[in-house]
Amino acid sequence: MTWSEMQPLLSQGTYDSLYMVLWATVVTIGLGLPLGVLLVLTDKGGLLQNRPVNKVIGVIVNIGRSLPFIILLIALIPFTTWFVGTFIGPSAMIVPLSIGAIPFFARLVETSVREVDHGLVEAVQSMGGGIPTIVWKVLLPQALPSLVSAITTTVITLVSYSALAGAVGGGGLGSVAITYGYQRFETNFMLITVAVLIAIVTVVQLLGDGVVRLIARRGRTS
Amino acid sequence: MITTTGLTKVYQSRGRDITALDGVDLHVREGEVYGVIGQSGAGKSSLIRCVNLLERPTTGTVTVDGVDLTALAGRGRRAGKDLRRARSRIGMVFQHFNLLSSRTVQDNVELPLEILGVSGKERSRKALDLLDLVGLADKAKAHPAQLSGGQKQRVGIARALAGDPKVLLSDEATSALDPETTRSILQLLRDLNQQLGLTVLLITHEMDVVKTVCDSAALMRKGRIVESGTVGELLATPGSQLAAELFPVTGDASGPEHTVIDVTFHGEAATQPVVSQLARTYNIDISILGAAMDTVAGKQIGRMRIELPGRYEDNVVPVGFLREQGLQVDVVDDSRATALVKEGAK
Repeated sequence: MTWSEMQPLLSQGTYDSLYMVLWATVVTIGLGLPLGVLLVLTDKGGLLQNRPVNKVIGVIVNIGRSLPFIILLIALIPFTTWFVGTFIGPSAMIVPLSIGAIPFFARLVETSVREVDHGLVEAVQSMGGGIPTIVWKVLLPQALPSLVSAITTTVITLVSYSALAGAVGGGGLGSVAITYGYQRFETNFMLITVAVLIAIVTVVQLLGDGVVRLIARRGRTS
Repeated sequence: MITTTGLTKVYQSRGRDITALDGVDLHVREGEVYGVIGQSGAGKSSLIRCVNLLERPTTGTVTVDGVDLTALAGRGRRAGKDLRRARSRIGMVFQHFNLLSSRTVQDNVELPLEILGVSGKERSRKALDLLDLVGLADKAKAHPAQLSGGQKQRVGIARALAGDPKVLLSDEATSALDPETTRSILQLLRDLNQQLGLTVLLITHEMDVVKTVCDSAALMRKGRIVESGTVGELLATPGSQLAAELFPVTGDASGPEHTVIDVTFHGEAATQPVVSQLARTYNIDISILGAAMDTVAGKQIGRMRIELPGRYEDNVVPVGFLREQGLQVDVVDDSRATALVKEGAK
């Protein structure tokens, strides 16, 4: 295969991968963040202590985390078909990608939020702040650096999940690597695909670290 | 201003009940600085947290500024709207400051105002005024991490004042600070108490704090208040542990056939030459074992530990003489003698 043959396939694959990962990240944050916060709030000694709710969320999250992603991907085919109309292509893949990443992200959020000093919560309570105030003005802002790290880790996980999605017709770089690199023995093509994936992961990690440093620097230098 | 009646707090820990507060009746008058002192584990922390219901008392009532907070409590762990509104009128400062590192100093002070729903412009004006009041006007844009401990506590105090509280609760506010910073923070609390008429309830394990700023004090032990009153009353109470700790004098008897007594001078008695009068009148030799002069709650007070020859029975008359001069006399380390003194006092 020549470069001119490979180039359009690679660009399309990269575009599809980024598209899936981006939207899956948005959905994962949108649903995983409240879930993670809820895990902390409903826990024993939490502000909304509620054993049954906490247990149910915990069990769902654990099931989601213990399934290998490829199994989840296949198991979700009927649901994806019902939800999107098809299970093939990058748009359809957003569904299993998000469902696979939400429990993972929710646990990371839980850990980050739990680390916020309880004294700050007490201080806001003493000012007459309610639970929404505590969540929006204390827990989330104080946990922000750690939450950004959690998002970085989640995006990287989603990149690797999205490569797997290629195996079930999800498109993206994974499809390209399997179809051309594996099934047609185009070793060079495979290597280039891998290189692009490494580049994506590196850029995401650098970006994430950069943002964390930026937030963490507040307050330390004038 | 703050009244608690029959306050108890029982925690459940691994199926066992732990009593942190065991029937506490506290009465803090409007405009005074009231110190609760005790060792860690005495229940001070539970007490101050029960006053604004950060911890819900097991039984008993808490009234602040005429409002029965325990009646506002609402169900379950969540604070109802009325209770939250009432809390916003009670400022609180903490040992570890509890400032949000994610916000600037000014934004930290604005936080209570945001909760009260004050508009942006008004918030910022008020926050700057308060920072000026605590002497940190130039630090408004700094982050808490850039401040020293004393400055952080000043921000904590400014924040606590944002809701125009009538009552300020101070939870070991100076315990994380060095002695000099402690003094400046206590001075600030004193100034605020006098300028704004703020009622201050503070808990501490440092006797110096009580000595420096408090009008009244209570001693807590094992969840109970064992002694309380204005500092003047406490110093005038024979055998008061708080008075002895507020104003310690030391010195041991030189032998068994001697009587050791503590003499406390306040008011005009402090200027009379009592010791020499005593020696001349009864022709006895008096040794001074220890003595101190100090200012407690803004009053000059002197205390002296003296030794008279002979056992207590031989010294009833000189001791009576000292009492006649308007002095407070406590006999040290002799249970029999103490009992006699109490009888005599009746």
